[in-house]
Amino acid sequence: MTPGPGRVRAAGRIDRDRPLGFSLDGRALTGYQGDTLASALLAGGARVIGRSFKYHRPRGFLTAGVDDPNGLFTVGEGDRAEPNAQGTMVELTEGLSARSQNAWPSVRFDLGAVNAWFAPLLRAGFYYKTFMGPTRRSWMTYERLIRRAAGLGAARHEPDPDRYETRYAFTDVLVIGAGPAGLGAALAAARSGARVMLAEQDGLLGGTLLADPVTGDTEVWRTRMEAELRSLAGLQILRHTTAVGVYDGGTVVLVTRRDHCRPDPAAGEALQIVTTVRAKALIHATGAIERPLVFGDNDRPGIMLASAARAYLNRYAVACGRRAVVLTNNDSAYAAAFDLLPHIDSVMVADVRRDVHPSLAAQAASLGIEVQTSAVVAGVLGRAAVRGVVLGRGEGRSRLRSIACDLVCMSGGWSPLAHLSCHGGIKPRYRKDRAAFVPGGYAPGHFGAGALTGAFSLPTAVEEGWEAGHLAAAFCGFTPAAQGLQSAPQAAAPWDSDSHRIEPVWQLPGARAGKAFVDFQNDVTVRDLVIAHQEGYGSLEHLKRYTTLGMGTDQGKTSNINALGIMAGLRGIGLEDAGTTTFRPPFTAVRVGALAGRHVGRHFRPMRRSSLHDWHLAHGAQMIEAGPWLRPWYYLWAGATVERAYLEEMRLVRHAVGLSDISTLGKIDVQGPDAAEFLDRVYVNGFARLPVGKARYGVMLSDAGTIFDDGTTTRLADTRYFMTTTTAGAEEVLCWLEFLLQTAWPDLRVHVTCVTDEWAGMAIAGPRARDALERAFPGQDFSNPTLPHMGCRDLVVGRVPMRLIRLSFSGELAYELYVPAGLGPAVWEHMLLSGEPLGMRPYGLEALAALRIEKGHIAGSEVDPRLSLADLGLGRLARYEKPFVGRELAARAASGPERASLVGIECLEPGKRLRGGAILFAAGEPVRGHGRGYVTSVTWSPTLEKFIAIGLFAGGLDHLGEEIVCAFPLKGERVRARITSPVFLDPKGERLHV
Amino acid sequence: MLAIHCPLCGERPYTEFRYGGDASKRRPALGTMAPEAWHDYLFLFDNPKGPHREFWQHDQGCRQWLLVVRDTATNAVGEVILARNAGAGAGEGPGGR
Repeated sequence: MTPGPGRVRAAGRIDRDRPLGFSLDGRALTGYQGDTLASALLAGGARVIGRSFKYHRPRGFLTAGVDDPNGLFTVGEGDRAEPNAQGTMVELTEGLSARSQNAWPSVRFDLGAVNAWFAPLLRAGFYYKTFMGPTRRSWMTYERLIRRAAGLGAARHEPDPDRYETRYAFTDVLVIGAGPAGLGAALAAARSGARVMLAEQDGLLGGTLLADPVTGDTEVWRTRMEAELRSLAGLQILRHTTAVGVYDGGTVVLVTRRDHCRPDPAAGEALQIVTTVRAKALIHATGAIERPLVFGDNDRPGIMLASAARAYLNRYAVACGRRAVVLTNNDSAYAAAFDLLPHIDSVMVADVRRDVHPSLAAQAASLGIEVQTSAVVAGVLGRAAVRGVVLGRGEGRSRLRSIACDLVCMSGGWSPLAHLSCHGGIKPRYRKDRAAFVPGGYAPGHFGAGALTGAFSLPTAVEEGWEAGHLAAAFCGFTPAAQGLQSAPQAAAPWDSDSHRIEPVWQLPGARAGKAFVDFQNDVTVRDLVIAHQEGYGSLEHLKRYTTLGMGTDQGKTSNINALGIMAGLRGIGLEDAGTTTFRPPFTAVRVGALAGRHVGRHFRPMRRSSLHDWHLAHGAQMIEAGPWLRPWYYLWAGATVERAYLEEMRLVRHAVGLSDISTLGKIDVQGPDAAEFLDRVYVNGFARLPVGKARYGVMLSDAGTIFDDGTTTRLADTRYFMTTTTAGAEEVLCWLEFLLQTAWPDLRVHVTCVTDEWAGMAIAGPRARDALERAFPGQDFSNPTLPHMGCRDLVVGRVPMRLIRLSFSGELAYELYVPAGLGPAVWEHMLLSGEPLGMRPYGLEALAALRIEKGHIAGSEVDPRLSLADLGLGRLARYEKPFVGRELAARAASGPERASLVGIECLEPGKRLRGGAILFAAGEPVRGHGRGYVTSVTWSPTLEKFIAIGLFAGGLDHLGEEIVCAFPLKGERVRARITSPVFLDPKGERLHV
Repeated sequence: MLAIHCPLCGERPYTEFRYGGDASKRRPALGTMAPEAWHDYLFLFDNPKGPHREFWQHDQGCRQWLLVVRDTATNAVGEVILARNAGAGAGEGPGGR
């Protein structure tokens, strides 16, 4: 293969023996192992790689790292297409396919660029002023067009085929960043004996050292450090791993990208791994990023950060141009000039400062590099790419001259990446000598080192890292190692010193010629900041939201500090008084898939299954989610659809006998000398005088006097009760009982234990229920005197202990049989087998719910914490003469003629149906607003041969017999109905006592 | 992530716990007939910046209700004791009950 036109002979860190094929917009291209998508494109001579967000201006790469605002691509194909991937962060792999974004039909010829003609319209606040004001309706029309024109990459609609993992990790010291400071810190901490994790977002260790020539001293030091770190057993190195957020208690969330490994989800390999680390001590060594300079047309392709040009050269062996102008306000950019010179045709330096350190000037002179001081950029030549710059001198812009160039390396100084140190709420502090915001402090056990703190020189950064490593180890109780550190190369060049001479210039003079971009990704210019200031949005948080500055996918990494400087200038205040916007996680964009991890599909949340689950599946049960449980909805024996099946199952229960899995009911074993007193306090009705061997229905209230839960509780012995709760309320009830016992009444000698999973439960319901029991357990006495309605018996059949309680939810003769969960399937099958001659079959949740509606029993949709006992017709249950939870406020619960309470509703129009959630109105009343109530539960009643429902209606049973209208606006339905008693079947309960 | 030092189980992540509300209020004694007392207890809360007494239950551990002092400004967790040892009648219920 031929190296691209940009590829130079400099060694770089690419592997020239491993060429890689990839494609951009379907065009076949090549690069090398070690390239990023960005460096491979630049090596191929690419300049325009995208169009800007708002004005569709041609853009090239601005940086070589995580801060790049311009080079966004959609990477991958089909259901693996990832939008808005940064070309600077995508490692090249064989066959990688990328598409450019926000350009139609191509980045070269972009119809959207007409937006640039309307540029005066698209200033700060443009959308709102234009479309949200008096002509609000037009916003609806324009919004879609604008969003399409200003779009980023499109998210895919297919399910993500990749696998993501989440895990937890624990360590003594976590070091974030493996630049010079991080390497020093990790070594110092690990040598002290602490367990250390070192997280680096790059695939290589070294940070900014990776942009140094591979033949230099710093590379020798870097490789020695890496070798030593790898040899330490207690040190774990995580590459491709970004710390995206720091949270309470030293918790850090790391995202490890494995995209370059091409993981196979079918083999269980994860594309990305989210690690939640709890570290005893944390070292921030996140370094600093370079800032652009702000001047007219500073966004032309070919204008990039000096550090980026240097990284492309030294790391990727790519010269981004042949004739370079280095434009700077500080010393660091000279390194780019010196490194580039041997590989390209010409280099000159335009320094905005009046004075340059003599040693720098001397070195430049010895290399034949022209340095112009007091430089001013009067203009940029070229549209699709930079062709030259017009330089002037001083404020007066005297002696204008055009310099032809195809690369401008700019440096506005360095901004520490203080993001993570601010996630805990500690504001950054402005350090004037560095013209930079540094961490304003650290949480206990957190330490900072290196460029993050403003230590921009290599030896100082390493020293600070070493020191931080010791402090962190000591914080965790380790004695710092006495052994010294691999001494870092001394400052090899005068610019690499702690003086870091910089003259902060937030905006070059003459910036109003052409658009001077501050935020490249969101197309925010100096002019926008001026407008925001004029219109009173000078506060940074306002400025950000008004201009959208810093609100792109890059979160303003290259723009925020320049914007602060410019706004501070407009307001006539110092940067230290301007403050910053709030840094919030994540530091870089995180895939939602990575955060979800394995909690997708069936694993979205835990699923509970009864011990009879497998039997249900094997016998034609169609399952349905009920809270956390999966329950049989209906069985195929009764019909192919739920509409048919549940009616057949209801007939079975009303006329023969059915069997239903009720294992999901909450079950609580209540024991202790004060158990009776305890239950008297938590239930509105009395349990202290309940005889042993008897069950009672009970209702619990909250302290606020409204409905909390209901269920039956059986007295097994003087000091022992067996409580059941609703399926949904099981967990809440247990916690509440524990709360009361442990905080309010610790003097009560009672223990509550959840036994929901210990017992399999089955309901045997129907007129032949007793026959079924007698056939299943011959020789046992189930007659009325031995086991009356609401009676309980413990029995042992064979060696199986059982608890049988005669209770009915359906209104038929019915029993609840509880057996140890592991024996559930055997007993269930035995019941069905011995009940076969009676026609016994299983029935599901739909029939269970419909049977109880015919009987007017309340369930989940009626156990509503907004309702009172009286609302549900349970007022007479409460024993107000004894104290119980909620009594005081229940006694004064809202009442009155307009209060809605429980009623039955029967459909008056054959051929029409009632629906759950329907809104109720009086007959003849306009159907408008919230109505007089609503339907809570509805079913077809095979017994009454009509739709019946229960619900809440203002005035309740005072309106018995009145005609109403059930409105269901979602389907445009109105159905005539009548208020009835909620008990549709056997109001005297004769069926229960047979 | 918050870590809470359970007196029985040691330091555990807060995801093992259930928050149970403000523990600075005193629960009216059972049978207290004054509705105002219940109203104050159930519905009126301070919103302090700084140390805050609150209930947490280690519901995925020992199931004990704990009295935890948490700084609402920094999320730093201070003293943690078993609620049963805090004296009878203290506090508010889980989820505002």
